[in-house]
Amino acid sequence: MFNRRDVIYSYDGSFEGLMCCVFESFVRKEIPEAIIVGDPLQLSFSDVLEIETDSQKAMRVSRAIPLKISDFTFDTVCKMFLSCVENKDLLILEFLHKGFKYGRNIEHMLADDTVNTVNKAVFHCTHEAHLLKGFVRFSDYNGYLAAVIEPKNKVIPLLASHFTDRFRNENFLIYDKTHRMALIYFSQRTEIAENIDFELPDANAQEEYYRELWKCFYKTIGIKERYNPRCRMNLMPKRFWSNMTEMRDELGITENSANRILQKNERYN
Amino acid sequence: MDIAEKLKILADSAKFDAACTSSGVDRAGGYSDGIGNAAACGICHSFASDGRCISLLKILMTNFCLYDCKYCINRRSNDVPRARFTPDEIADLTINFYRRNYIEGLFLSSGIIQSPDYTCEQIIEVLTILRVKYKFGGYIHAKAIPGASPELIEKLGILADRISVNIELPSQKSLDMLAPDKSKNSILLPMGQITKQIQQNSYDIVKYKSAPKFAPAGQSTQMIIGATPDTDFQILRLSEAMYKKYSLKRVFYSAYVPVGDSRFIPAANEKPPLLREHRLYQADWLLRFYGFTAGEILDEKHQDFNPLLDPKCNWAIHHPELFPLEVNRAPYEMLLRVPGIGVKSAQRIVAARRQAKLDYKDLKKLGVVLKRAVYFILCMGKRAEGLIVTETGMMRQLMSASVVKELEDNGYGGEQLSFFDTSPTLEDRVKCLTGEM
Ligand code: SF4
Repeated sequence: MFNRRDVIYSYDGSFEGLMCCVFESFVRKEIPEAIIVGDPLQLSFSDVLEIETDSQKAMRVSRAIPLKISDFTFDTVCKMFLSCVENKDLLILEFLHKGFKYGRNIEHMLADDTVNTVNKAVFHCTHEAHLLKGFVRFSDYNGYLAAVIEPKNKVIPLLASHFTDRFRNENFLIYDKTHRMALIYFSQRTEIAENIDFELPDANAQEEYYRELWKCFYKTIGIKERYNPRCRMNLMPKRFWSNMTEMRDELGITENSANRILQKNERYN
Repeated sequence: MDIAEKLKILADSAKFDAACTSSGVDRAGGYSDGIGNAAACGICHSFASDGRCISLLKILMTNFCLYDCKYCINRRSNDVPRARFTPDEIADLTINFYRRNYIEGLFLSSGIIQSPDYTCEQIIEVLTILRVKYKFGGYIHAKAIPGASPELIEKLGILADRISVNIELPSQKSLDMLAPDKSKNSILLPMGQITKQIQQNSYDIVKYKSAPKFAPAGQSTQMIIGATPDTDFQILRLSEAMYKKYSLKRVFYSAYVPVGDSRFIPAANEKPPLLREHRLYQADWLLRFYGFTAGEILDEKHQDFNPLLDPKCNWAIHHPELFPLEVNRAPYEMLLRVPGIGVKSAQRIVAARRQAKLDYKDLKKLGVVLKRAVYFILCMGKRAEGLIVTETGMMRQLMSASVVKELEDNGYGGEQLSFFDTSPTLEDRVKCLTGEM
């Protein structure tokens, strides 16, 4: 019934926009070849259909997912939207087509290729968020806490509830340098800001003091008779190190060479 | 002495204690006007140079000790630098590390100074400052000091998330030899008390909502491996008994790293028995999550683990009468016993086979390690295509990459073994974390 057509959808990159792509593809009874974000003029080989974001249409799709498929599937789609997988938009569309066809059973169709790919991507994303719950390092700036991360997936929304609960009486900021977005928690109000720039200020003496103590603890707690750098690297991939206080020494980063940090980090990706 | 120096000494003397925060306690918003929470699944904040997870500020309050346990780096007769933290210093470090998200909480143990009761009171003091003054809702694991009075242990349990009493060595004989100041009884007594209190407390909580929680993350213990002649079977049977009798959450195994005095135990130049420790953890998972008993994994005739194969593979090749299994029909409990199928993949198989009959390529998507599993399964009545079952071929597939490498390094196998993939996949790494195999 739904044919794959030689057409490319372009949309504005918002979740609502993607839901409208799904809406259109049902109306037009087709599955596009690709879905891209932003400027459609760059491509000329296939037809490009610009999908307007319309909250009414978006609402109809996103309400139908929990109703006609399941809450679990809606949750999967939301997480998939944060994924760094290249064709995530098209995968979500295909996944939802199958979902509306098979209903709740889609949850168990683990051997299906689309379902399997989506599940793997969601796992990659939630797993990265889980790791970061531990690997985020805050610095204290006169009572305000700030941290920088460089995740592959857009994990900020997945970190919000954990950190706002953990630090419910603090004021803090977690900046995602990869996607230029931030989780800001101020006076017990949570906000996710996009398209912003941020640099960590230099640490003051007290902050340096606790950093040094932590590094001292880190160095001491490893048992040298059991030295196992490979195991460590598997469990804590190197791409996280440059933002972790205790690992910067191993990367040869001195605290005042922010530029070098950047370059190094790129090499490890 | 400044704090950095103390921290160095007191972290160094605590480093052999194993701990893990994955506890099953989810405590969102501990104190509304305080700081911290606890996550049931556990959060690793870093990994040390030895690859072990760091989630807690793991320190001793002091490494001065009245006792002289031969396996212990802090024993009275050992010539090491000594230090002691004040309760305020520990609380300040914990809070400042916690705010920076370095740690999930505190793991506090101590050498015994003045008396077991006095030592225990000092630990209680630290916990009280954290919970009352700072309203700290993060995770606290405290060591119950053997010989401390029951009232003090009770106080400790109300302040901590988890308490542990280390059994240290697997038999009374070994204890007599290496820990002359401790007896099996002085260890098992508080362990029993804690178990009772946890159970009693769970009734109280049902009855009175406001009853304070006693060690909500349960009780754990640790055993030192390789300092004494006890066999793997003895150790595993003891773990099994402790899980049953004391409802322990975890038994930790710690490969003995020689710390001097070699009159009794392996000399300082001997390597810690890491493979043995690894096998014990694997067997321990089989006990807790795979429905195995200690007697199935080892027995009187086979007292030690097969160094080449993990305990599950070893069990499977000794039970050819039970295999191959039809994946589309076999009960969940049997799927769990197939090498290459873990808890997650077994659950996925059970869910997915309701939707469609499963083939080998489907199993791969469900996370089954096919190179191992193929020897033990059928899909829709068929063996995997092209599978030739020879004993050496199978053994090679069942051995872990590191074992194969070791054989290679020692001149076995040569080129034939070189096609093994030694780089772990993401899934492998996660399995390593969760201990599935
Ligand atoms: S009582 Fe504890 S700290 Fe003291 S020597 Fe024995 S094991 Fe070590």
